[in-house]
Amino acid sequence: MGNEQNHAPATAPVSARIVLSSEDIDRVITRIAHEIIEANKGVADLVLLGIPSRGFPLAQRLAQRIAATSPGLDPASITGQLDVTMYRDDLRRSTTRTPAPTRLPASGIDDKVVVLVDDVLYSGRTIRAALDAIADLGRPRIVRLAVLVDRGHRELPIRADHVGKNLPTATTEKVRVHLAEVDGADNNEVVIEAHA
Amino acid sequence: MKHLLSTLDLSRADAIRILDIAEEMAAVGTREVKKLPALRGRTVVNLFFEDSTRTRISFEAAAKRLSADVINFSAKGSSVSKGESLKDTAQTLQAIGADAVVIRHGASGAPARLAATDWIDAPVVNAGDGTHEHPTQALLDAFTLRTHWSALHGHTSLGSDLSGMRVAIVGDILHSRVARSNLWLLRTLGAEVTMVAPPTLLPHGSNVWPCTISYDLDATLASGTDAVMMLRVQGERMHDSYFPNTREYSRLWGFDDARLAALDARDTGETIIMHPGPMNRGLEISSAAADSPRSTVLAQVANGVAVRMAVLYLLLSGDQQRPAPSDATRPAGL
Repeated sequence: MGNEQNHAPATAPVSARIVLSSEDIDRVITRIAHEIIEANKGVADLVLLGIPSRGFPLAQRLAQRIAATSPGLDPASITGQLDVTMYRDDLRRSTTRTPAPTRLPASGIDDKVVVLVDDVLYSGRTIRAALDAIADLGRPRIVRLAVLVDRGHRELPIRADHVGKNLPTATTEKVRVHLAEVDGADNNEVVIEAHA
Repeated sequence: MKHLLSTLDLSRADAIRILDIAEEMAAVGTREVKKLPALRGRTVVNLFFEDSTRTRISFEAAAKRLSADVINFSAKGSSVSKGESLKDTAQTLQAIGADAVVIRHGASGAPARLAATDWIDAPVVNAGDGTHEHPTQALLDAFTLRTHWSALHGHTSLGSDLSGMRVAIVGDILHSRVARSNLWLLRTLGAEVTMVAPPTLLPHGSNVWPCTISYDLDATLASGTDAVMMLRVQGERMHDSYFPNTREYSRLWGFDDARLAALDARDTGETIIMHPGPMNRGLEISSAAADSPRSTVLAQVANGVAVRMAVLYLLLSGDQQRPAPSDATRPAGL
């Protein structure tokens, strides 16, 4: 969802401020990983589904941290990617989006504890779409939500279970998440940009 | 993309985008819930002035998998038999509230006429017009070819084209809209095309097409091809004798058992045999060839649904009032 803000007309940022550095992101991921294990009372039945494009690398990082606590768990076997493009409520309003692949872990999601992972929680519309997409793919026992940044301004009754950082923002500001997996090795931070 | 009338209008980037989206759509066909809500509440009209089995069913399945409502119209049993014009039919559909029109017509250029006039605002998809074009068939053929080509080379198909692939299109080129649409699209995607046909079944002007023309199927097969696309002999459009008799045609231009055996002796399945259907078994393709492991006939049908889902999605999503950023770089008509 972090990308979504980029569709607004481009104006030069007045100021850009780093709100999470690369080290901050690492610490936040480690904390959320432990929160997920704690809430689930272990790693049984866990499935992490990242929403493209930046939710998926976040889910991979979380899975690695979770696997580090329980030897014998293959992080790839609990990680998947969930594309929500075809379930969005703005398909007729924004420019046409190209769907990304949906890949579920081999064990599926039926009766699992699914943790949705995204970078920025904003209006909540992406997560609504994700819940619909999940319903077409199976019936998890529990669905939880983990986000790196919650910037407020919800338009739907949706909240996150695990939040990396609560970030009070104005709607005119943009929150950009850069992750090394998507944006290149030396690009790993969360930036807030104010626009005139 | 406002209409899909001809594969000539598609740039390389457009074509690859359609194929990439089709790949995601194909994954839906393997799920338990084979439906996406993307076109919920939209109405797609299948306007078929000519007979069709797989194209109409394929478009219907594609629209339904995207949750659109489908109205099927066939000229038989409609007011067309009472003499209603294309204009009045189109305006009727406009009044009903059609969001997209899929049209097959016996007259070349009928879909372009529908798209160019103000009879109807909806996007128009050409599902075959006369002997002119059949763009979704070409797209599904390209999808099938790309799947084979990328598997053969062990690279991912997403984002790739058909560079270096050698495709032979064999048979009734004269009456084939499939051959024309395929030629333009395969060239755009970087494949080399050879048309193989008796001189009587090659259209006037085909000598300037961007392809090699051959009159000898065995020589073309011996020179090496990665895919052989057999075309149907369109008896219903043949009002002259284009070849002496069907046995001679089959012997010289058909993919018969002897040619299959020769191909099997040469490679182990790297060359695929395609047919857009419906097949005249024993005429342009033998049963053994049609049912061999090389044959992609049924894969083509399955891929057709995915490709048509991608086309309908692209035409019906996005803000159609606001031009997409890349529109300036597109050729006119798309």
